[in-house]
Parts: sequence; structure tokens; C-alpha cells
Amino acid sequence: MTEAAGRDAGPDLESHFEATISHDQRIEPRDWMPEGYRSTLIRQIAQHAHSEIIGMQPEGEWITKAPSLRRKAILFAKVQDEAGHGLYLYSAAETLGADRADLTERLIEGRQKYSSIFNYPTLSYADVGVIGWFVDGAAICNQVPLCRSSYGPYARAMVRICKEESFHQRQGYELLMTMMGGTDAQREMVQDAVNRWWWPSLMMFGPPDDDSPNSARSMAWKIKRHSNDELRQRFVDMTVPQAARLGVTLPDPELRWNEERGHHDFGTPDFTELKEVISGNGPCNAQRIERRRAAHEEGAWVRAAAGAHAAKQAARAREEAVA
Amino acid sequence: MTATVPTTAALALGDDALVLSHRLGEWAGHAPVLEEEVALANIALDLLGQARALLSMAGDEDELAYLREERAFRNLQLVEQPNGDFAHTIVRQLYFSVHQHLLYTELAAGDGPFAPLAAKAVKEVAYHRDHAEQWTLRLGDGTEVSHDRMTRACDALWRFTGEMFQPVAGLDTDGAAMEAAWLESVGDVLRRATLTVPEGPRGGAWSAGAGRQGLHTEPFGRMLAEMQHLHRSHPGASW
Repeated sequence: MTEAAGRDAGPDLESHFEATISHDQRIEPRDWMPEGYRSTLIRQIAQHAHSEIIGMQPEGEWITKAPSLRRKAILFAKVQDEAGHGLYLYSAAETLGADRADLTERLIEGRQKYSSIFNYPTLSYADVGVIGWFVDGAAICNQVPLCRSSYGPYARAMVRICKEESFHQRQGYELLMTMMGGTDAQREMVQDAVNRWWWPSLMMFGPPDDDSPNSARSMAWKIKRHSNDELRQRFVDMTVPQAARLGVTLPDPELRWNEERGHHDFGTPDFTELKEVISGNGPCNAQRIERRRAAHEEGAWVRAAAGAHAAKQAARAREEAVA
Repeated sequence: MTATVPTTAALALGDDALVLSHRLGEWAGHAPVLEEEVALANIALDLLGQARALLSMAGDEDELAYLREERAFRNLQLVEQPNGDFAHTIVRQLYFSVHQHLLYTELAAGDGPFAPLAAKAVKEVAYHRDHAEQWTLRLGDGTEVSHDRMTRACDALWRFTGEMFQPVAGLDTDGAAMEAAWLESVGDVLRRATLTVPEGPRGGAWSAGAGRQGLHTEPFGRMLAEMQHLHRSHPGASW
């Protein structure tokens, strides 16, 4: 179908789209879709891809400082997986007509966001474990339902990504377990990391439901399957017993089991801080973007060379074909 | 394989892999394209796996990696060279991976203590070599800028290449034959990439075999400081 036909969608196309969504079937790249659906997905998938790429930085910081060769290997593998996730997701965004180079420009110009969590610094090795446990744990809560997202390429990317994420989460938790069984200094490092990352992790689910402008439409289109607050609750319920088993406390005096609800009650994250971080004023925003920009700009000559070489090769192949 | 793992050789090969892996780790988040983030991390991870196996043949991998000082490391000076720009990294990879591929092919064919490891690693190294050769072609025969950068990198690293063919105690390999094969392979790739094979010395008396004797270049100490800092700050801790 051509673009023009897409824009001139008659009632047939629209009702076909609605029916596909309501029967929990997948929308595929060649299907007609409303422009709002397309642009919402491009935004969400691109931001998801950007998060994978920016997310390489806080952990990549510790590759050269990892305290054992086993941990160093685990970290290498994880950071490599993240780059791979970025690639899957950019590919998924490209099925919607977006262009990866353009999305990268948007990221380094601050016109598209990435997950708020990666604007916090990794200050000790325990942070690497806590990122695995909390951040990958929160990502899993967010992403497992996305495996059923209505857009096929996104859902399929999420299936592959979730398998690797849950492996990373277990590795992070295992690192913390090892550290908790170690020296007093190691245990203090773990508790300190938990204290610093708990609230930012809860903010990964986004603003509360009554202040989340895109949520309702995303849920109606089945791009998103659960609300921010539902997912945040799921994360808290999942994490509290893990914290107990690990032997750390979570820094929330209001955190307690609520028998009636069958859930944990917990305090309210500082959503003012979240707003600040999302609008570029978190502790590492400038540094993260600057590093991405530097890598991109310093790599320009390499990309230009690869392009020039490919063109020369193609020209040679044509000459040979003629001769 | 019984008791007679030649420790000197295990350390030499293990340190090469460990140090180069670390240098590649410094690229994380800095690569010119995402595909290279994956490729460089992948190569680094292969090398780290080789390093762990080799160092474990010589003793405890973490003690050896984290508690030796510069003078006790046995790696080639080539692999400890700073990453520089992408051209320097690629040329370093080319020079080293062609050598490592020749070496592991020979070790894998023999029946010495390194044969099983070499048999596994040679597949990884063949991929590293291909990666380096492909990038040498792209950058050498790419734009004028990339060609110039490659020329500079080829020249700058050339003097560290002689060391690869110095004898290592416990490695029963034919250094002269390997050197001839290396010169032919590298020369061929450089020529196809429209680059000139450097003519400078490939290691004078001060540097030939120096890394193997624990004599390193200045940037190596800083690299080790970063690598070992956390481990050394918590003696006896397990991670």
C-alpha cells in the first residue's frame, strides 16, 4: 500500500485496524495504521532503543574496573547485549518509516528522551549489581507485557530482549548475594547502592496514572498493556521479598504489606525530581548525551570511509559486469 | 596434559589476551557505529575468555591479573598501546590477530599443552582477523581522511611488531617461518587497502622482546592502575 492510500484511509481500513487490535492480533509494517499510532510507536520504540544505548554508559564505566575476570566477562557480555538490543529496536522503528541516523540525531540534540534511570551515576561496583537487580527488574516488568504489544515487530523484538534481560537480572542479584556474603565494606557498598537506586528505579515506570498524558491512548491501542502505577506496584511486590532474602533494607519508611489489598503499600517517589531528570537536569544528563555526541561525531570519518569504500566496490563490480 | 604447563608461555599468551581485551573494553560506548559496539565487545570477550583459560594454567587468574605489577606482566608492548583513533585500534587488531591466528593454528596442530585451547580459540581469532582485515580495506581504501589516518596508524605501530616473533620459553614454534607468513599476510592486506607497507624498524634492541621480559611502555602502568584499583582496595574480598 502506498503512503497516499494510507492517508486517504476510508472507513474500511480504519475498521480493519480496530478489529485487528480488538482481536489481539498483530499490526504489521505493511498494514494501514492511524498516523497517531505510527508516531506514538516510533517515539516509544526509539526512546526504548536510545535507553539501551545510553544504558551502556553507566555499566560500561565499570568494565575497565571490574574486580574479577569473571565479573568483567559478565559485564562485557551484558553491555554487548545492550548494544544488540539497541540494534533490534532501531530496526523495529525503521519498519515504521523512521530512519536510524535521524533518530540518533534526535537523541543527541535532546529532542527524544531515554529512560530517566540512566542519568544517575554508578559510584561503586555494587551499583552494577543493583542496576541488574532493580533496573533490569523494572525493565522486565515493563517489557514482558510488551511481548504482547499490538505492533508485531516491537513485540517480537521484546521477546528476544526479555530473555536476555532476565538473565542479566539474575546475574546482578547473584553479584549482590556474593557481596553480601563478603566483607563489611562490601555489605555497606550494597546497602548504599540500594539506597541510591531505589527511588530512581520506581520512577522508571513514569509519572502516576493521573499525570500520564499518553497512557490512555497507548493502552487503547494495546501498545501498552498496563498502567504505570500497576507496573510500579508489580515491581515493588516482586522486589520486597528479594530484598529480605538479600539482607538489605529498602529506603522507604512507608513500605509495608497491606493484607487487604494483597499488595505492598509504599511511599510516593519524588515526581518533581523525575520531571527535572526528564527535562535534562538530572545528575548525568549532560555527560551521557555529550558522550553519545562525541562518539557519533568522532566516528563520522569512519562511517564516511565505510560508505566511500562500499561505493567504490559497487562501482568496480559494475565495471566487471560490463567487461 | 600433566604437570608441565610452561608457565612463562601461559603468562605471555594470557597477558596478551588480557591486556588487549582491556583496551577494547575502553571502547564501550565510544564506537563509531553500533555494530562496532557489538563487534569490539565480542572480540574483547573472546580474548578475555582466552586470557582466563591461559592464566588459570599458570595459577589463579585473579591473583595474576590483579596483583602483579607492570614488571611482572609478560604481554607484548603492541597490545598495551592506547586505543588512539579507530584506525590505530584497527591496525593494532590487524597486526595482532594475524599473528595470533598463525600462532594458534600452529599450536592447535601440535600436541603440546596449548593445543586444546588453541583449537577452540583459533575459530574466534579467525573472526577477529577477518574483522580487522575488512576494516583495513574499508579505511585504507575509503576516503582520503581515512587513508591518511590508517597510514599514520600503520607506521606508528609498526615498530612493535618484531616482538611477536621473539622466542618464548615453552612455545615450540618456528618464529622465523611465522614472521615470514605474517609479513606476507599483512603486506597483502595493506596493499589491497591501497596502503604502503611501513619500512621502519620492527623493534630495535630496546624493544624487541621487551614486553616479554616485563619491560613496558608508560601508558601500561595507568591502564593497570585502573584495572586493579578496586580489587586491590578490598584485599581478600570475593566478587
